[in-house]
Amino acid sequence: MTATATTPGPRRARIIGKKAVLPWLFLAPGLLLALVFKFLPMGKGVWLSFFEVRPFLGDKWVGLDNYTRVLTDHRFQDAIGHTLLLGVGMSLGGIVVGSALALLLEGQARSLKIIRTAVFLPVVTATAVVGEMWRLMYYPTSDGLINSGLGLLGLGPVPYLDNPDTALWATMAMGIWMLAPYNMVIILAGLAGVDRSLYEAAAMDGVSLRQRLRHITLPAIRPALGIVLTLAAIRGLRVFTEVYVLTGGGPAGSTDVWMTRAYTLGFTRNDIGGASAASVVLLCVTLLLTVTVNYLRKRGDVR
Amino acid sequence: MSAPAIDPVRTPVTASPTRSSAGKGRTTPARFDTALGWSDRPGPAWALRILLCLLALGVFAAPFLTIFSGSFSEKASGSTLSFLPHHPTLLNFRVAGDRGIWDYFGNSLVIAGGGLLLQLAVCTLAAYALARHRFRGQALILTLFMLTMMLPEEVIAIPLSLVLGHVPVVGVDLKGTVWGVILPLGAWGFSVMLLTEFMKDIPTEIEEAARIDGVGELRMLWQVVLPLCKPALGVAGVLGFIMIWDQYLLPLIAAKDPTDYTVTVALSILRTDPEVGSGVVLAGAVIALVPSLIVYLLLQRSLVTGIAAGATKG
Repeated sequence: MTATATTPGPRRARIIGKKAVLPWLFLAPGLLLALVFKFLPMGKGVWLSFFEVRPFLGDKWVGLDNYTRVLTDHRFQDAIGHTLLLGVGMSLGGIVVGSALALLLEGQARSLKIIRTAVFLPVVTATAVVGEMWRLMYYPTSDGLINSGLGLLGLGPVPYLDNPDTALWATMAMGIWMLAPYNMVIILAGLAGVDRSLYEAAAMDGVSLRQRLRHITLPAIRPALGIVLTLAAIRGLRVFTEVYVLTGGGPAGSTDVWMTRAYTLGFTRNDIGGASAASVVLLCVTLLLTVTVNYLRKRGDVR
Repeated sequence: MSAPAIDPVRTPVTASPTRSSAGKGRTTPARFDTALGWSDRPGPAWALRILLCLLALGVFAAPFLTIFSGSFSEKASGSTLSFLPHHPTLLNFRVAGDRGIWDYFGNSLVIAGGGLLLQLAVCTLAAYALARHRFRGQALILTLFMLTMMLPEEVIAIPLSLVLGHVPVVGVDLKGTVWGVILPLGAWGFSVMLLTEFMKDIPTEIEEAARIDGVGELRMLWQVVLPLCKPALGVAGVLGFIMIWDQYLLPLIAAKDPTDYTVTVALSILRTDPEVGSGVVLAGAVIALVPSLIVYLLLQRSLVTGIAAGATKG
């Protein structure tokens, strides 16, 4: 950005006093809040991650011990796997379901708008509310909402959240349910930008539906898909509330993700140093991912 | 709802959006209106589409009906959920009220109202400076605000809770007060970006005219720029409200004891209470759901255009 291009000269210098201070006055509240409640905690987190935090005794410098401890802890290692699986599953599932919804509900008709409004509800609902809702839908006996649906298909009841084998998948399904309508809106915006005359021309040439989707629709919504994937991946890494309200990391740690693990370590086991180290690791991965994706996207744009 | 043609935030959609504003085919969708070429005439494809729409509604919207009906059912449990309440009653809400749900709801309202006001004020001021002034370090400031988006509460939760317990320099303990939740939500990078982009598009002529009349900076922002920003403020307001209402970890770590919880966090208290059944939890869930539902239904166009705009800007 070249926003700072100042034109030196006597006329400019005369008014610079008042003019230079003014924007900072407007920025001050925002910068102050960001500094105190975002950047300061970040710095403090990095700092504490090198210490054994002992209330009343004073913190003890332990170097990288916290990091090695966290990274070699098998529950954290399991959590990495769960986080990745959940993140990837939710991102991809959200995109597939979101695209399907967008393709299904594309159009100007009033009825479609109403359906879209209804389908979008999961996005505006607070995660904690969604968690309570799904907990009841996953009710383990055969007359639970989802299980009775399975019963109609002749399948036995599944104790979704109580079984370590299914709990993570059940959480993923809820995540996809929350994410898909959000993606739908973004993809719909992409679809709205497709030049309709291309569809018409393609139909004249007798192009099949699949080819049409592949060669006209897909290129048009590719930027939207890229954004959706990035957002979902970053969101997936720091997934917390979904898991915390639905399973709390259980049963037997089978749904523990990186952040629920760090939370337990920090707040219930009072291991501030270890929890900080875990947070810093996640922060680094998030930043790395963001920067890489931005870089790739910029390069893609140029090309 | 998803028509970017009337988008106030100028969605830079790729490809040419020529057709969407042409006003053609609003009443009679042509075959080439949709990617899949859905037809509007009765036929197998039409029937399939209706079936799939019903399926989508069943999966994404019907669960809400079940929690509403469950909250009004006399004996609701996971095994008795249905679309219509059995023996409709308000008992669940009364029990939830006895457990203090309205106090939690009050906490939520104060936090959402205060947080949103602060957020809009802070972000508008910052956006005004970024959009209408040129100064040294502008790019850096913009990056800093973007970074706030990459520092979600989850990642900084533990040190943030320490900071909330003892704010540096002033040394106040914000835990147990609503400020502990409101203040960290003040600077939201997304709103700053959104408002900055919007303000950049306001023609400078209007401002220059006002400046000649001797209008000061604050009055300029309040009386000239802000009225023109209403659409963007609407978007920032709805998204901000939904985002604040959805907060979970922040109210959890900012609370001193459970009476400080917001209604969304308090749901877990209801759930773990052995003396109340699922119906009471659902009543709580409905109470926590209704405000965001109202905001969404009233302002859904702002919300949807905002998401689309935010995404395409990335």
